[in-house]
Amino acid sequence: MTDATPKIRIRGLTKSFGSKRVLDGIDLDVMPGTSCVVIGGSGSGKSVLLRCILGLIAPDSGSIEIDGVDILTLPARRREGAIEKIGMLFQNGALFDSLSVWENVAFGLMAAGRRHGARMPRAEARAHAGRVLEQVGLDPSVGALYPSELSGGMQKRVGLARAIASQPDILFFDEPTTGLDPIMGAVIDGLIVDCVRRLGSTAIAITHDMASARRIGDRAAMLYQGKLIWQGPASALLDSGNPMVDQFTHGRREGPISMELRR
Amino acid sequence: MNAILDFIAALGRAALNLVRTAGAMALFGLAGLSHLVRPPFYWRIFLGSLVEIGFFSLPVVALTALFSGGVIALQSYTGFAQYHVQSAIAGIVVLSVTRELGPVLAGLMVAGRVGAAMAAEIGTMRVTDQVDALTTLSTNPVKYLVTPRLLAGTLALPFLVLVADILGVMGGFTVSVVKLDFSAPAYIAATLTTVKPIDITVGLAKAAVFGFLIALMGCYHGYHSRGGAEGVGAATTSAVVGASILLLAFDYLLTDVFFSQ
Repeated sequence: MTDATPKIRIRGLTKSFGSKRVLDGIDLDVMPGTSCVVIGGSGSGKSVLLRCILGLIAPDSGSIEIDGVDILTLPARRREGAIEKIGMLFQNGALFDSLSVWENVAFGLMAAGRRHGARMPRAEARAHAGRVLEQVGLDPSVGALYPSELSGGMQKRVGLARAIASQPDILFFDEPTTGLDPIMGAVIDGLIVDCVRRLGSTAIAITHDMASARRIGDRAAMLYQGKLIWQGPASALLDSGNPMVDQFTHGRREGPISMELRR
Repeated sequence: MNAILDFIAALGRAALNLVRTAGAMALFGLAGLSHLVRPPFYWRIFLGSLVEIGFFSLPVVALTALFSGGVIALQSYTGFAQYHVQSAIAGIVVLSVTRELGPVLAGLMVAGRVGAAMAAEIGTMRVTDQVDALTTLSTNPVKYLVTPRLLAGTLALPFLVLVADILGVMGGFTVSVVKLDFSAPAYIAATLTTVKPIDITVGLAKAAVFGFLIALMGCYHGYHSRGGAEGVGAATTSAVVGASILLLAFDYLLTDVFFSQ
């Protein structure tokens, strides 16, 4: 494999729910070790894109290659193996509220269905979870608490810890700063950048927070009406030259994008 | 004319929906069962559910059975005294409790308690993305959430019904001896001569089926809940209503199969 092979290569991905075409021929390449930010309005299908790659939603057509292998055509077991390389930070954390923080963080490592590497014994997993919690700026003693006892920012950190615990090749972030105050948002962004760099992972983040997008991303793409209407460096988000992207990133009311009130 | 066509179309749509849902439930149940023979098996979740269903339902099932047994004794006394066949009361109590009331009442109680709790728990996990998070952490959500609960329901309910049988008979015995002045040894003797092993075993077999159905409804409706708190509430209701209806329908079917000769 040469460096020119994208870590993730998506071609012609489409997905409709009923008559609504949510993804309409998405083409996207993410090179190894880079971060791509996908921006777009609420309900523009950003989450659906990530869920298609994770195998949570079956797309109608198109291909999704990870390391040059189309995961959609793989048999179920090998696809699970490919998806195991992906760590995901869900929008609201999606922490298991019946389990303690350390069990959440170490869940993937202790999972009996694990395909890569042996299942980690509980004692070892607990120690490992403590170290991962430290990496996201939490005291290992937090591991004994339950998710409901944590603040929103701490839950995000635990979610991040859970996503990076198995040192995945690929990391997905679904609106990592939504619901956080701007300072905590910046802190989480900083942690995300640190983690991605430390692990050398490839990352896709979806967000509609422009400050966050420019902090996390190397590259950026904008999703509008099921299509990627613009791709470029994340640093160019605020002066992309594309009128739709400019309207979105500057939050202007007037412009080529008219908000759909009814979906 | 159009009104009639609309009516027929609505009827057809409802029928199709029913068939589709029944099929989806059956496939969901089979998928859950298929993981029983495909390791890993999540013992921790299984034991937790077993304790939740089998142990924490004991008070409510015990009270229900105790009072039902007493009520049957009282009711049949008023009827049978007219014909001077009070001696049949012990038999009536033990047969109705072991064959019908034990399994059905325990089942309905557990459907309300456990079916609702399962739907609410799994439904909340669904709408907060926890079910999807399981998939991203190398864990099959059906294997993790559904299979252990199906097995726990199937195993715990016969145990609860056994307890209900004993307490139901005790309820009838207590009312008969204390209130209706029956002789205790005669009552026990009449109970033991009337009841056959098959009455109890069929009741327990019914209980196993009911336990499976209750867990299936709780898991199915929770797993497929949509749209936030309201969706979870609807799932909880559907789980209890669905389990109760299925339970009574299967009670008829199983009674027909075992006792209709």
